[in-house]
Parts: sequence; structure tokens; C-alpha cells
Amino acid sequence: MRITRSVAGRRRRTAIVATTGLTVSALLLTACSDSSDSGGGADADGNITLTVADFGQFGYKEAGLFEKYHELNPKITVKEDTTAEEKNYYPKLLQQLNSGSGLADVQGIEVGRIKEIVDTKADAFADLGKVIDVDEWVSWKEKQATAPSGAVIGAGTDIGPMSLCYNTELFGKAGLPTDRAEVAKRTAGGWEDFLALGEEFKKKAPKGTYFMDSASAMFNAVVSSNAKQYYDESGKPIYQDSPSVKQGWDLAAEAASKKLTQGLAQFEDPWQAALRKGTIATVVCPAWMAGQISTYAGDANKGKWDITTAPGATAANWGGSFLSVPKSGKNVDEAMKLVKWLTAPEQQAAVFKAIGVFPSNKGAYELPDVKNATLPYFNNAPIGQIYAAEATSIPEAVIGPKDGVIKDSISTQINNMEQRGTSPDDAWDAATKAIDKAIG
Amino acid sequence: MATSTSTRDAYAPPPGDPQREQRAARRQLWRSRLWRFDDKASPYAYIAPFFLVFAAFGLYPLIYTGWIALHRVEMTGLDRMEWVGWGNFDRILHDSEFWTAVSNTFLIGVISTVPQLLVALGLAHLLNYRLRASTFWRTIILTPYATSVASAALVFALVFRADGGLLNWALHFVGFGDTNWANGHWTSKIAISVIVIWRWTGYNALIYLAAMQAVPNDLYEAASLDGASRWQQFRKVTIPSLRPTILFTIVISTIGSMQLFGEPLLLEGGALGATGGNENQYETLSVYLYNYGWNLGHLGPAAAVAWAMLALLLIIAAVNWLIGRFTRTSAA
Repeated sequence: MRITRSVAGRRRRTAIVATTGLTVSALLLTACSDSSDSGGGADADGNITLTVADFGQFGYKEAGLFEKYHELNPKITVKEDTTAEEKNYYPKLLQQLNSGSGLADVQGIEVGRIKEIVDTKADAFADLGKVIDVDEWVSWKEKQATAPSGAVIGAGTDIGPMSLCYNTELFGKAGLPTDRAEVAKRTAGGWEDFLALGEEFKKKAPKGTYFMDSASAMFNAVVSSNAKQYYDESGKPIYQDSPSVKQGWDLAAEAASKKLTQGLAQFEDPWQAALRKGTIATVVCPAWMAGQISTYAGDANKGKWDITTAPGATAANWGGSFLSVPKSGKNVDEAMKLVKWLTAPEQQAAVFKAIGVFPSNKGAYELPDVKNATLPYFNNAPIGQIYAAEATSIPEAVIGPKDGVIKDSISTQINNMEQRGTSPDDAWDAATKAIDKAIG
Repeated sequence: MATSTSTRDAYAPPPGDPQREQRAARRQLWRSRLWRFDDKASPYAYIAPFFLVFAAFGLYPLIYTGWIALHRVEMTGLDRMEWVGWGNFDRILHDSEFWTAVSNTFLIGVISTVPQLLVALGLAHLLNYRLRASTFWRTIILTPYATSVASAALVFALVFRADGGLLNWALHFVGFGDTNWANGHWTSKIAISVIVIWRWTGYNALIYLAAMQAVPNDLYEAASLDGASRWQQFRKVTIPSLRPTILFTIVISTIGSMQLFGEPLLLEGGALGATGGNENQYETLSVYLYNYGWNLGHLGPAAAVAWAMLALLLIIAAVNWLIGRFTRTSAA
């Protein structure tokens, strides 16, 4: 092929342009991997922005704690980044821990995940044991966040002592006692008593109402009130032979076959609608659940609900979180100070007052905000006293890395028993299959 | 180019000095080599950006996914990889949930693709008529495609809700008001297909319309001279001319239904969405992959699912190709 000089010159120029373009795009590609960090060190005046990443409702905004911290420490501004659902938050946290970038100065961790973090990622977090006094917390709370090396990687925020919320209006219509002490007496023997009460309820209850929202919540309560749950002390999953799991499962199957439950998956739309319509007589009620009920049942049901202690002698814990400080942050020391302050009794009490999640720091139980707390929505139930009493009887449970997933798989199958009439054997088969897949 | 020789010669050194002449000749040779190289290599440089991007964001993840599929890797410890060979594939192939997901994917694929393409064909035919404000209609049918999967799925989730859903509310006037759409094995698949059909019909209709407008008008004129009705023209002229386009849309739709993810995930949302319903009744392969990797945190089997999906797509493509070849030879 023959070419003219002028054409060749143009060609060469384009070739240069093309090569430059290539180099630039290659540079751009490599530049992408260089991620920007959030927060950062202090500016010229020593001002610091601390970031707090959490999920759901931690209540700090509602209690105005970040503004207060800024007033106390004018050089420090706290920014909160909240993910609505923990289910979406946790995978993101794991990815950030794996890549070592994008982490906030303070990260929230849910109790169902803490064991997995302690087992696999403890090295990535600062030892909070140096700044907080673990003896201030309820005995089992800080043990859950303590790594084998002795490092405490999470400071406990709230816990979920479980009581029983019940609809006094429906109880009255069905001829059951409505006084909280009376109800407690009827279920003092445990969850079998609770089901017997349910059968009595069913005989005279208004049409279209159910004794409980979902049997899976009861299952959860039964298992959580035992020290031995899904794992043994050595970290081996024992859910198949665990007596508490068997007891909970049998009770749930009984409730399903006797149609004492409406079979609603908790927190989903139909469940919220049922609360609004007032078709449910009881809801197993960790401290934070009261807030959910009052939100969804709405003003129309104000005063119709009450709270009493959970069936049986020992209480259960459901939920609760931790605050932790990743080592990779630029302001680790300041972040640890913030965590200490946020989890101190006064602040936990303020959060309890604002959104009703119950303190894990024992010091808070003596503060008036907790001790004298009553809930007008729940017929002025003395929640501070009820939950504080429950908190002391919660057993020191062994938690495992996949507790949350196991609980979810079993809940799904309990729901199938309630909703589709799946036989307990088939449901248990399906549950074990799903769990083995999750653990494996 | 005949002029090129003379132009180049104009720069040739005058004869006389043999050394200079030799140098000039060497330079000439070097230049022409450079030109030839430029001529051959430049096109590759022009297309290289695509291949670089593809290698970084397509090929590398593909191969790395294959590598992960042969290991035991947990979300909680990406740095710890343990060789398991074909173990992950073995695991998913022996998982009944995987096969449920395969059959769900195919069933939903069929009940969404077939009606969708038929309706698209009909719509394209209508749009091909001389219409007032034709651009307006063409834009209108493309609007569903412009909405995001997430918002479409969320809106349809409200429509199909068991309790207080729009559809149940409408159906209750004719006495069928209590279908739990997401809970049933068939109803859930139909619900998802409706979302897919709603979103993609207009898109396919426009592709068909473009192809229809490329059909020579003489064919229609000849057909109408022969007394063919509109319907006969559609069947005997339009459809055969559209055959390659139809094949193309089938391939695209198959790939699309293989990747079906947002619609099933958001139909019920929450934990139920991530497992495709209580009994995995509407769990597609993508949802299965997502659940394995992101909910359960086992990246090895999740990567194996990704490769299994690729294998399935290749099989479908091969079957498609065979059918295409068969119909072409039988047509000839």
C-alpha cells in the first residue's frame, strides 16, 4: 500500500493521540482503585469529624446526643450514617473490613453477628477494654464481645429483655384477666401455661382475632431463655439435639396445629396491618418491641395494650447491639472516647427515654429516666422496673457465629407450619437443610 | 493513489554521493517500515481501550470467579482460601434448592418471554400503520423500559399485595379478592412475569418496528395486488422478513430472564425476598446466587452458581443455534 506523506503525517498524529488516550485510560483504571477515605484527620484548627455507621434505630439522633457531644467537645463533630436494615448493613461492613477501606470511625454491630466478628475479625478492632469498665454492664453482655485474646471489641448499647405485651381489650372480651399481675400469675409456669391460656382465649375470643402474632417469636423466646441454645461452648453447632430448640419447636408446632396464631412474619406489612386492626392478643415483647407496637397499632389502640413479665421464671434476651472502633480509622483515640461516652449510663438512659431501647449498662437502671419510666401507651406500665427485673434473670447464653441465620431458617419453617399447614416433620427437614447450607 | 509515488520521489536525494544515497535509502526503508507498522498497528490501538476495560471489568472477574468457585471462601475472611476443587459444584448440584431455582428461572422465563414477544410483535404491527402522532405513541410504549427495575418492582409489589393490594381490591368486586399472590407457586411466578412483561414489551416492540420498516414496500404492494389481506400480509410477508430479528429478541430475552433478580427480590422484600419466598417458590438463579453469597456469606458456592449460569446460557445458545439452522434448512 502506498501512502502520501501528508496522510502518513496525520496518521502518525492520530496514533500518538490514540496512545495517549490509552495511557490516560490505563491511568484512570488504576486511579479507580485508589479509594477516598471518609472523615480524616484533624484540620489546621484541630477540628475533627467522627463518623458513626449504624443500622435501624440506635436512638442517638432522637436523644440529641451528637449535638450534645459537640457542645461538650467543640472541636469534634459527629456524623451518623444509618442503614435502615441490619441485613444490608452487615455484608457492607464485612466488605469494608475485607478491603480495609470505607469504614467509619465507629461501627455498630448487632448481637447476632458479634460472635462471627469476634471469631474472624477481632484483629481489625481496637480494644475498648482499655477505656470502658466492663463490670458496669450486665454480666453476659460484654463477654459476648470479648475476643479470646481478652480484647473487648464492642461496647454494649442496648439489650432486649423479653416480656409479654398483651391487648387488654381482647383479653377482656375473651374472659381472661386483664391485670398485669394476674396475667403473670396465669403464665408463671412457663410457655405451656401460655398455650393453655391461648386455648382458653380461643373459646370466647371475637371472630377473626388470634392469641399470638407468630409462633416463631414464641420459639425465639423459649430458646433465648436457656443458656444452651444453638451452639455448645466449644463452638460446635448442636441445634439438632439442643433441648431448648426441641422444646421451642414442639410448642410452636402445637400453637400452629391448634391455630392459636395468625402466622404473620414479624415486621412485614401484614403484621403491621394486623396490629393496626387489633386482631392480635399477645406479642412477645423485648424492650424495643413496645415501640414497634405503639407505632403500628397507632393512636386508635392507645391504652388498650399492657405489658407483663414473660412466662416462666427466666427471661430471655432478644437483640441488642455493640459499638466498635475499627483500628484502621484516623482518629481511633477520639472514637474510643466517643464510644465510652455514648455507652455511659446517662446516655443510655437518654436513649431509652427517647426511643425505648433498654440499657445494657447497669448503672442506668438506677437513673430516674429508667427507674421511673412508664409507658402511657401501655396503660402506664412501669417498663423501667419490668425490664430491669427481666434483665437480671437472663441466663448467660452461649452464642454462635450463625445464630441469626439459624433463627431465620427455623422461623421461615414455623411460618410454613402456620400458613401452609406443612407437617412438623417436613418443616423440620427443610429447616435443617437450610441451616446446614448456611453453616457449611 | 497514483500521485503518491511522485510526491515521495520529490524528497529523494539527488544522485551522486553514494554514502548519502545509502543513508537516505536506509532512512527511506526505516520510514516505510514505520509507516507499515503504523498502518497495521493503529487499528489495534484504536480498539484497545475497549479490550482494556473488558479485561479489567469483564475477563478478570470472570476468571477470578472461576478461581473462587474452586475454593472455600467465606465473606468473613476473603484472605483465607482453601482449595476444594469441584466440591462447590458438587454441593450446588446436589442442592434441591438449586434445581428449584433452575426450574423457576425457566418457567418464569417462558411465561414472561412468550407473551411479551407476541404482544410486542402485535404492537409493532399497529405502530407500523400510518398513525397520527406516531412518535408520541412510540415514546409512550418505551416509557416502562425507562423506569428502574427497583421502582417498577416496588410498585407492582403494592399491586400484588395479599392484604390491601390493588389487584385483590379490584378482583374482590368479582368475588376473587383473597389471593396471596406471592405465596402461591404459580401466582408468584405470574406476578413476576407481569412485571417483566410490563417493562420489556415496549422495548421489543421498537426493535420489531425498526425491522418492519426495513421490509421493502414492494413486497406488500405485490401481496396486496395478489389480494392478500392485512393479516395474510402480516403472516406471509412481515413474519418471515423478521425472522433474524425475532431470533435476536429471543436470545436477548433469554439472557434477560436468566439474570432476573430485582423483580423476585423485591416482590416481598426482606428476608422472604432474598430466599425467593417461604418455599423458594419464586427463587431465580440470580436470587439463589445472591442469597448464597451475600446472606449466607459462602462465596465459593455462589461463584459456582455464576459459572453454572454461564454454562446454562451456552447450552441455551447452542440449542437456539441448532433450531435456527434447522428451520433455515427446512425453509430452504
